[in-house]
Amino acid sequence: MTTLSLTRKRRAWDQAPRWQIHLPLALYLLFTLVPFYWILLFALRPAGSTSLVPWPITFEHFAKVWTERSFATYFQNSVLIGIATLVLTTLVALAGGYALARFDFRAKKGFMLALLCSQFVPGALLLVPLFQIFAELRMINSLGSVILAETVFQLPLSMILISGFIKNVPYALEEAAWVDGCGRLEAFRVVVLPLLRPGLVAVGSFAFVHAWNHFLFALMFLSNQEKQTIPVGLNTLMGADSVDLGALAAGGVIAAVPVVIVFAYIQKWLITGFSAGAVKG
Amino acid sequence: MAQAAAVAESPPKSRHGTGAPPPGRRRGTGTNPRRLPYLLIAPAALLMLGFIAYPVLSVFWTALQHSNPTKPWRNGFAGLDNFTEIFTDDTLFWGTLTFSLKWVVVEVGLQLLFGLALALIVNQTFAGRALARALVFSPWAVSGVLTSAIWVLLYNSQTGISRYLADAGIGEYGTSWISDTATVFPAVVVADLWRGVPFFAILILADLQSVSKDLYEAAEVDGASRFRQFFHITLPHLKDAIILSTLLRAVWEFNNVDLLYTLTGGGPAGETTTLPLYIANTSVDAHNFGYASALTTVAFVILLFCSLVYLRLSKFGGDDK
Repeated sequence: MTTLSLTRKRRAWDQAPRWQIHLPLALYLLFTLVPFYWILLFALRPAGSTSLVPWPITFEHFAKVWTERSFATYFQNSVLIGIATLVLTTLVALAGGYALARFDFRAKKGFMLALLCSQFVPGALLLVPLFQIFAELRMINSLGSVILAETVFQLPLSMILISGFIKNVPYALEEAAWVDGCGRLEAFRVVVLPLLRPGLVAVGSFAFVHAWNHFLFALMFLSNQEKQTIPVGLNTLMGADSVDLGALAAGGVIAAVPVVIVFAYIQKWLITGFSAGAVKG
Repeated sequence: MAQAAAVAESPPKSRHGTGAPPPGRRRGTGTNPRRLPYLLIAPAALLMLGFIAYPVLSVFWTALQHSNPTKPWRNGFAGLDNFTEIFTDDTLFWGTLTFSLKWVVVEVGLQLLFGLALALIVNQTFAGRALARALVFSPWAVSGVLTSAIWVLLYNSQTGISRYLADAGIGEYGTSWISDTATVFPAVVVADLWRGVPFFAILILADLQSVSKDLYEAAEVDGASRFRQFFHITLPHLKDAIILSTLLRAVWEFNNVDLLYTLTGGGPAGETTTLPLYIANTSVDAHNFGYASALTTVAFVILLFCSLVYLRLSKFGGDDK
């Protein structure tokens, strides 16, 4: 009996009373979920209905935005931009992050400072010069401009995170691989890369989600409607006073689904990834 | 984001400097090991030089020009004309600056408060915790325009929440909270909190998990209440994470254009126009590039100044020296 009560007491040290967890959590869940429910409701119930339950369910709004409002095209463009940004950001940040984690070099301090400072540079305020640069490079109206811009603005944080993850991998492991005759690159691929997977997933998904969600670059650099992305399409739906709420909701659901899936899949890794990068970095 | 500066603040000493090269390296990439780190950061450095540093400098340069394609007769070097105009004649500037500050302080303050509470709650052990985390964090993935779209539906005067409240006898029919100057501020704040709180909570939770359990056990043995444990163990441990996430979040909220641009367009009657939104309007819509660049420069200086003051006041990085 004594042991039992002792364990119970020890369990209790950082444990709040149930109601202190459940009540605020329930309230917060309500705040989180009502907006999600609302958009699903509008997307699924027939136009003109005021029922609070989406019944009978209709997919007319989805069909409408997908074909009439060219969300099929937007979706494809957004996927392309998201994946290209993910790949580019991860590769460039992996190289840079490795240098920051494993070498001392003269420009390192300055480079780290530049990374930090770049966090204060608002992408939105650089629209005009960026537009001029892309016009110069003849990249206006090509997805490449948005991919490049998203990548650049994702790089600093990604590099810092990745260098944190690499520092978590004991250097001795790499050295051991060298002794065994691996080259630097091979040692990295065989020893470090597998251990970096959760971190890379976190960084890559971060880049994807950002590129998927971001609005202004696509709005400014892609004037051709064929090249537009989902957020810009959503904004168009929101524009007029006579908003087609069903179409807007359906468009919103289409915009949300990929990121919510990515997020649900990676959220556990994300938190461990963040704490690894933050604490031991 | 918190760790961004944490790392920059104190680059850890690596055990293998530019001195003795590690064995086996020659069989690696075949490059000079002294050049290797530069080679590795080159792509990132070039991209950032071309698409961040150069545009920033060009903004500073344009700020000294009259540059407006709709008024070509006036274009040319302006000296400090644009800046004089901002500080003496431009009433819009002061209005948008005041709103920006109000927006940042309220938004970030509430996000920190709720984010900390939320992180503490989902750090506890309880049944269904993983699901609860996934659910409460999910708005983090949703952002900008989609948040606007969702809240446009909720705030709609005909079919939004206010209609159902009116049906239940609370309030009037036909109220649109985002087009009424009396309600627009709380309305946009709530909409932005919806996705901002989870982000804060994630960062704080990540740091919470690294608090050593031994500390709490020791405190428990000493008979410290949970309240005291929070203020003497948890909060001090979270200090750096909180400082940095608050700072980065404040900068982010200041710069963030997506939500307000799409939700209210800065209205009603300019009521929700932040400085960056004003800049975007001045450059993109009015094509007054010189003036917009001067405004941007002012925004940079304000951001930089506030950040430095904040870091100094919080004594961040003081331990390093």
